[in-house]
Amino acid sequence: MRRISTALLLALAPSAALAEGTMPQMDFANPLTLDQVGWMAVILVVLYLLLSRWGLPEIGKVLEHRAGVISKDLATARAAKLEADQAVAQLNATIAQARGAAQAEVAKAVAEAKADAAAKAAALAGQLEAKLAESEARIEAARAAALAAIKPVAAEAASSILLKLTGSQPAEDKLAQRLDEALAARKAA
Amino acid sequence: MAGPTIDALGQFSLTTGLGSLGRAVNFTNSNEAMLGAAAVIVAVFALGLKSKALVPGRAQSLVEMLYEFVRNMCVDTIGEEGLRFFPLVFTIFSFILLGNLLGLFPYFFAFTSHIAVTLTLALFVFVFSTGVGFYTHGFKFLKFFVPSGVPTWLLPLLVPIEIISYLSRPVSLSVRLFANMTAGHVMWEVFAGFMLLLTASFGVLGAFASVVPLSLNVALAALELLVAGLQAYVFAILTCLYLHDAVHMH
Repeated sequence: MRRISTALLLALAPSAALAEGTMPQMDFANPLTLDQVGWMAVILVVLYLLLSRWGLPEIGKVLEHRAGVISKDLATARAAKLEADQAVAQLNATIAQARGAAQAEVAKAVAEAKADAAAKAAALAGQLEAKLAESEARIEAARAAALAAIKPVAAEAASSILLKLTGSQPAEDKLAQRLDEALAARKAA
Repeated sequence: MAGPTIDALGQFSLTTGLGSLGRAVNFTNSNEAMLGAAAVIVAVFALGLKSKALVPGRAQSLVEMLYEFVRNMCVDTIGEEGLRFFPLVFTIFSFILLGNLLGLFPYFFAFTSHIAVTLTLALFVFVFSTGVGFYTHGFKFLKFFVPSGVPTWLLPLLVPIEIISYLSRPVSLSVRLFANMTAGHVMWEVFAGFMLLLTASFGVLGAFASVVPLSLNVALAALELLVAGLQAYVFAILTCLYLHDAVHMH
């Protein structure tokens, strides 16, 4: 773009300069052309002093202060976050501890209840066992009684059957012996 | 034909400013513009520093942006040592920027369109950076003109080229700014004068036809606004570059 502007200047300026005579910028015969430079030096020195002693350092201070505030705030925020994290960790630990304690308590209660139930069941089983044994004994006694009762009935029936069949009374001891044998055979079967 | 003529260069002619007092000490109209530019800079700083708020307002943001822009330019281009030259670069940059911008307004004098002004600024930068070079490195600074890694038999050719390119720095620096500003203002004046010529020559028809140069001038205004900022930036960054060469020698 510089090239374009320069080319345009070269194209335009000479024609204009020919029409006007000369460019005021090149008129070094005019004392004002160089006098403006002297005044420029004065203005620039004053501007430089104002900017370097007052303007720029003040802006620098403002920026520095802002950076300081921002970094301080960030540090505070970081510390707060750390604290919060620690609190959360502590909270989690407490919760875990409480949960462990509760679970232990529950397990203890369950074990106790189980032991209690087992003891009760054992006692009940003992009672039932005793009753069962007693019942069996009673049954056995009844059976023995029934067996004892069946012998004279069988002997009487056998002697009367033999009497009808043979017409003679069988020998008491022989009949009793055969009866015992038959009953024992049945018992064995 | 006695009508208006295009006086493209009249806008650059120097007169005295500030009344009879100015006439007595040759205070020119271009110095008036310089004073205005400096006053605007100081006023902007005063406005920006009024509250010194933690959260900046508009004026304060403007000053802070300018500050950080030039500061970063110094540090990025010269390095950390560049902070020593920061006030100087800032003064030059803001002075040229405001001179360019104020010069865009009608009836304002664009002092950056004077080669005497830009050459003085460029020569100051040249002499200052050369001084910094010799102050930092002593006579070893002359090695700057001897490119490293070059066969010895080429040196008699290269050293003069290096010296010439070094010496041409103030010329290119000053002519760049002067030519850009002068060209823009000349074009403006030429197109504006052309509107008067058209109206004078063709009456109502000419006045209607003047829309063309007018719209050209509107477009030029946008371009000149860009050029005003860009040339101030270019001047400042080249100042930083020359100072970088002086401090680091490469």
